[in-house]
Amino acid sequence: MDIHEHQAKSILAEFGVPVPKGHLAFSPEQAAHAARMLGGGRVVVKAQIHSGGRGAAGGVKLCTSETEVRSYAATLLGKTLVTKQTGAGGKLIERLWIEEATDIAQEIYLGFVLDRKSERIMIVASGHGGMEIEDLAEKDPGSLVRMIIDPAAGLVEFQARDLAFRLGLKGKQIGQFVTTLRACYRAYRDLDAMMVEINPLAVTGAGDLVALDAKMSFDTNALYRRPQVAALRDPGQEDPRESSAHDNGLAYVGLEGDIGCIINGAGLAMATMDMIHLAGGAPANFLDIGGGASPERVVTAFRTVLTDPNVGVILVNIFAGINRCDWIARGVVQAYQEVGLTLPVIVRLSGTNVEEGREIIRTSGLPLMSADTLAEAAKLAVRSRPSPIAAQ
Amino acid sequence: MAILITKDTRIIVQGMSGRIGQFHAQEMIETGTNVVGGVTPGRGGSTLLDRPLFDTVREAVEATGADASLLFVPPAFAADAMMEAAEAGIKTCVCVTDGLPAQDMMKVKRFLRRYPRERKMRLIGPNCAGVISPGIGFMGIMPPHIYTPGRVGIVGRSGTLGYEAASQMSALGIGVSTSVGIGGDPINGSSFKDILELFENDPETDAVIMIGEIGGPQEAEAAAFVRDHMSKPVAAYVAGLSAPKGRKMGHAGAIISAFGESAQEKVEILQDAGIMVAPNPSSMGETVARMLGLKVAA
Repeated sequence: MDIHEHQAKSILAEFGVPVPKGHLAFSPEQAAHAARMLGGGRVVVKAQIHSGGRGAAGGVKLCTSETEVRSYAATLLGKTLVTKQTGAGGKLIERLWIEEATDIAQEIYLGFVLDRKSERIMIVASGHGGMEIEDLAEKDPGSLVRMIIDPAAGLVEFQARDLAFRLGLKGKQIGQFVTTLRACYRAYRDLDAMMVEINPLAVTGAGDLVALDAKMSFDTNALYRRPQVAALRDPGQEDPRESSAHDNGLAYVGLEGDIGCIINGAGLAMATMDMIHLAGGAPANFLDIGGGASPERVVTAFRTVLTDPNVGVILVNIFAGINRCDWIARGVVQAYQEVGLTLPVIVRLSGTNVEEGREIIRTSGLPLMSADTLAEAAKLAVRSRPSPIAAQ
Repeated sequence: MAILITKDTRIIVQGMSGRIGQFHAQEMIETGTNVVGGVTPGRGGSTLLDRPLFDTVREAVEATGADASLLFVPPAFAADAMMEAAEAGIKTCVCVTDGLPAQDMMKVKRFLRRYPRERKMRLIGPNCAGVISPGIGFMGIMPPHIYTPGRVGIVGRSGTLGYEAASQMSALGIGVSTSVGIGGDPINGSSFKDILELFENDPETDAVIMIGEIGGPQEAEAAAFVRDHMSKPVAAYVAGLSAPKGRKMGHAGAIISAFGESAQEKVEILQDAGIMVAPNPSSMGETVARMLGLKVAA
């Protein structure tokens, strides 16, 4: 689960990371008021959306007057910002962070991630921050320093000091860096984060460290024990189809194609998408109905897939272990009746209670197409797509 | 003798009195798996499915001689249940539970390191379908009837794709020695490499198919192991060739977030190690047949 920059900064500040003063604004008037509270000098107006690359997309601006803040805030609020990370749909700007401007002498990249090789928390840092980590890894890999944290001892001071020296910091910056690093680690560990990123961690003109941008992402599996983190969720930044699917116990990811997919198991769902591509089609979504799916959950899956207007055909592919084919088949029939389906539906059933399931499909009297194998199902789905002309 | 589950394996089910635990324990018993008891704190002294229930894993091990445990414990308590099993002397623990916090798994793996090699518990999962040695027994949630006993090992992250491979192989008359689901989480108990090593040392396994997916370094690690340490042939399939970067595809670990984590990159790494990679998920059976030198009808 992602949170906004201003939320991440406020969490990290509580743990001891130095951040600039700033205020949240939901309207141009609040933005102007925030600028005034910051002393009326130069301020930075930052669009708050769940994405990096906001600066390059025009979501961040240095303003020199209250009037400028007000007018820039008016342009940003309510606008959809498209960044390199958001996809073509972009994300809606509903809030702004107004922050005192900082003189920057040097930019440091600092990230904490779960390293899947060592199965521990890893620090990634670079003395050449400011650009996205992907670009940094590509253009300046030599500047990246990695350090793995032993969970028993935690982040120990000499490690933090060592990293500070390797980044070229000196004097009072060393102590500030150690404090910042240990604060980030404690926030990561104590709040079940999956990612903490400060980019840039700036060295100011006066030689002090300050976090100019911050990003945090959290382990959704741990939210049950982190209610204070769960409360930071902003549904406005999520794909409404994905959040409603999630609330119904389905894993759903919207994609660009026109073949709606209803599958059990993440691996089989990915494999079915691959098979559709190989057959010359494109999936409209990833959807895993999970284990023990009731007919009702199948109906919900149909409803979810159908919220995407691009869907022209639906492919149901179930290999039942913990599931039951007869329940799935009953759900398909029920969906046909309740949702008033007119699209072609291809059903492939295998595994537990497969004969009962196929019998329900066969005797339903509905225009359902049955497939025996994954390959056949994918081919049928691609062939059954309405032609672009017919769809208009 | 297959791997992980043999004729001599004595299995307890942690969380057997729950709805899901009971359902699958019953399936296991009906298909001849040697389930010797269950553990539910507070239910010790009673019986379920004609098997004794115990309050602690230690008591269950002492009373039944159990050496394997299957976990159907809710995610908030699963890490604790794994550590309890390890301390009680369980040799093989399979955790089906999905939804464990990543830091809980960091803690479990650290905990397991406290035991010397010969006393260390082998953990499979979490978030996995389990282990089946067809004709002997199974620990997990798979449909046992789709597996034919035989001499090819299966190891995969995804449960359903493992079923898919087994049924494609069955259709071609190829049987399975043991099938292992290692689960879809970013931190798991056993890696592809760990299971490949067991298959390499199993006299009843002749070849292996490995089913990977996007995300994480384990396929690359397995490729190096196959190249350097395996005498038996290995085939593979990697799911997610069409998955977009940076999106989590169902499994907590199925996300491309670093170089070498996309399906295409993994396929290349596996092929470079001399592994025969199935071009699509419908040709896993065929690929195994070709690897074994069997003729496949076109």
